[in-house]
Amino acid sequence: MIATLEEPQNMQRASSGALVASLEGVIKNYGEVRALRNVNFAVRAGQVVALLGPNGAGKTTAVKLLLGLILPNSGKTRVFGGDPTNPQNRMRTGAMLQVGRVPETLRVREHIDLFSSYYPDPLPLEEVLATAGLEKLRDRKFGDLSGGQRQRTLFALAICGDPDLLFLDEPTVGLDVEARRALWEEIRRLVERGKTVILTTHYLEEADALADRIAVINQGEIIAEGTPAEIKSQTSGKRIRCVTALNVASVLQLPGVTAAKQDREAVEIHAAEAESVVRALLARDPTLSGLEITTAGLEEAFLALTQDNGQTENRQN
Amino acid sequence: MSTFVAALSRTQIERSTSHTAAIYLKEAKYEFLKNLRLRVYTVSVISFPLMFYVLFGLVLNAKEGIGGTGVPTYLIATYGTFGVMGASLFGTASGLASDRGLGWLQVKRASPMPPFAYFAAKVVLSMIFSAIVVLLLLVLGISFGGVRLPLTEMVKLLGTLVAGSLPFSAMGLAIGYFAGPNSAPAAINLIYLPLSFCSGLWVPYMFLPKLVRQIALALPPYHLSQLALGIVGAGRHEPATTHWEVLLAFTLICLGVARIGFQRDQGKLYG
Repeated sequence: MIATLEEPQNMQRASSGALVASLEGVIKNYGEVRALRNVNFAVRAGQVVALLGPNGAGKTTAVKLLLGLILPNSGKTRVFGGDPTNPQNRMRTGAMLQVGRVPETLRVREHIDLFSSYYPDPLPLEEVLATAGLEKLRDRKFGDLSGGQRQRTLFALAICGDPDLLFLDEPTVGLDVEARRALWEEIRRLVERGKTVILTTHYLEEADALADRIAVINQGEIIAEGTPAEIKSQTSGKRIRCVTALNVASVLQLPGVTAAKQDREAVEIHAAEAESVVRALLARDPTLSGLEITTAGLEEAFLALTQDNGQTENRQN
Repeated sequence: MSTFVAALSRTQIERSTSHTAAIYLKEAKYEFLKNLRLRVYTVSVISFPLMFYVLFGLVLNAKEGIGGTGVPTYLIATYGTFGVMGASLFGTASGLASDRGLGWLQVKRASPMPPFAYFAAKVVLSMIFSAIVVLLLLVLGISFGGVRLPLTEMVKLLGTLVAGSLPFSAMGLAIGYFAGPNSAPAAINLIYLPLSFCSGLWVPYMFLPKLVRQIALALPPYHLSQLALGIVGAGRHEPATTHWEVLLAFTLICLGVARIGFQRDQGKLYG
């Protein structure tokens, strides 16, 4: 099964393009560690797809598989209909990966010059520098750059070959708010030019701002997939907090409750809507006190999706 | 399941030979610039052989001779070998270990860089720095040590020592694949320095203890230094082909080991 959501409101970009990259039944183990367990994932031309998940969820592994840097234990990885390691495919692919150390004595423009030379039809240096906001830093050695400037240089290396498919692994880590928004703008501009983008992030906000589709990944499995609106509707709702004599198990039985857990003296409940749940709670426990109702934030919703302890039951899909 | 639409693919992109050659050149150029600006590399690779040569060849024993060859001439061959080893091992192993261990090689591998260009650049770098060390030794010897060699011998000496960079570049690639990014320089020194001593690069072969002299016969730097000494008329008159064969065999073994590391990286966590 290829997990592609093709909702009407999302038809335009979600399903019109050709399949550009896919993981089909992919399992990847690192020794004893199961990094990906039977992942199905497909990306169509012109889409921005976000792999969203906490650290260690398997996002980077998925990207490395699609780049042909590692091989799956089983299953198929395909890019442009073929093997990701095919040199022809690599000429149409750009990648921004998380790197521990980049040669520090080369200048920004030298790094770009070298990577541009690998591609058949690279962008002009000036355009790359402008896109990545590096004009003033062109002669700066990589070792003299700040963290954010380094990220922008790596972004420049990913786009300098004018690739059709762009991989961005945690592109905005270490960027301040302003630089993050600027990079988002550049990514949007690339998509307007028909590029396909696969990005990983652990910021729901980032996935929401950029992606046509979000795949939420946790412990090596895709646990939810859909448009940002769908993901949010699956996960958003109200958070109800109260001190009650009822135990968690019986609270979970109430209609409309998606998750509940004991939090110190209180019980914390997640529900799609608060009113019916509160009514039921009050009817069952007249001693209930300390009632608070808040709207669950995006980050909390995301946590609810990825949390995997016994008391929280919130498995969509 | 959807099919991959052919219309999406551009016309087949074949890279021309001249484009590939241009990539190799650029890769080598930036590898050279990168290391030229890396003081750790240039200082340790160039200064140490020169410093030793000045001290032991020009200041202390300049008037002495070893078997009819003046010390300044003899030591150009041995410190030349020492310099070539250093330039080659540090030129390949430390960069490779760090690129591998800290993710940079993955960025390169994900790009359409011809994979061999990366290794070729390191080997070319090693050969260039080897040539620089040997030329500087010759300049010092001629200027201050009274070294007089016919031009053909000097060219032959330079050519032999620069070719001798290859076995040690291969060794460096093997080390680079099996050493960690932080332990690589230490690993290189642990191999490089004892190997140099036991091969008679610091203390001339005939002054080495008997046991060490026997060990030397199995060591690649001994064979390269004997080739170099043979050119300046100070060798032990063993057939040159034997030396070349040993160096060739050693190169192939090291490349085999490096290849295992190269393939192992495919399935590894951090390649």
